[in-house]
Amino acid sequence: MSEVIKKFLYVNRKAPYGTIYAQEALEVVLIGAAFDQDVSLAFLDDGVFQLTKGQDTKETGLKNFSPTFRALGDYEVTKLYVEQESLDERGLTLDDLQDIQYEDEDDDYAEKPSIIVVSRARMGEVMADQDVILSF
Amino acid sequence: MKFGIVVNEGPYTHQASDSAYNFVKAALAKGHEVARVFFYHDGVNVGTRLSVPPQDDRQIQEQWSALAAEHGLDLVICIAAAQRRGLLDENEMQRQGKDAHNIAEGFRISGLGQLIEMGIQADRTITFGD
Repeated sequence: MSEVIKKFLYVNRKAPYGTIYAQEALEVVLIGAAFDQDVSLAFLDDGVFQLTKGQDTKETGLKNFSPTFRALGDYEVTKLYVEQESLDERGLTLDDLQDIQYEDEDDDYAEKPSIIVVSRARMGEVMADQDVILSF
Repeated sequence: MKFGIVVNEGPYTHQASDSAYNFVKAALAKGHEVARVFFYHDGVNVGTRLSVPPQDDRQIQEQWSALAAEHGLDLVICIAAAQRRGLLDENEMQRQGKDAHNIAEGFRISGLGQLIEMGIQADRTITFGD
């Protein structure tokens, strides 16, 4: 759709429910996938809760959009950076997060994990490497 | 420099749209270009022409509309966010079978693709929000 390929980073800093930021951020990611850009997602602060498994919103009347994260690989969104310190500060580990995978078309469609846990310092480098950062 | 501007918070509740307005005004005064201003989340509420703030307060929507008229700014309200929050243009009013529309002069409703496109075209994309 576009000849220019830029590095887009969507920064998710808020819990999945309570406010609409996470849900509307995911809508941007899905629409943005059509533009064939180099897309990454970052999860930090309470944003790490967006990826937790076993979310159940039934009693709240809110839409549980967490299964959509597992479909991101189909949109060629395969880099989900999660900040280690944010997990630690909230008593979470990688085991608490959904198992999100993508099929690597350059490696015989082998299934590979999309989640990349990085230190706070490394997250800063990831951000510095981007062309466009959209923060939610 | 060509700037793309994102406004993520609603008027009056939050200073984001004021800061964005002041930034855009200053950037234009310095000879920079503003590719587009994209209103998302509660930021879409900036574009209703039915707000009636007290007279001794700033008129946020009118400020934006005037700036758009003066500089040919492209003020885009996200359609998905707008529909959730009750902002419709005449076209959407008819399509959704509603009895009113409320988009202010100088604003237009369009899709999220406009946000991505802005990010691609602008030299710098700046977000105003929480």
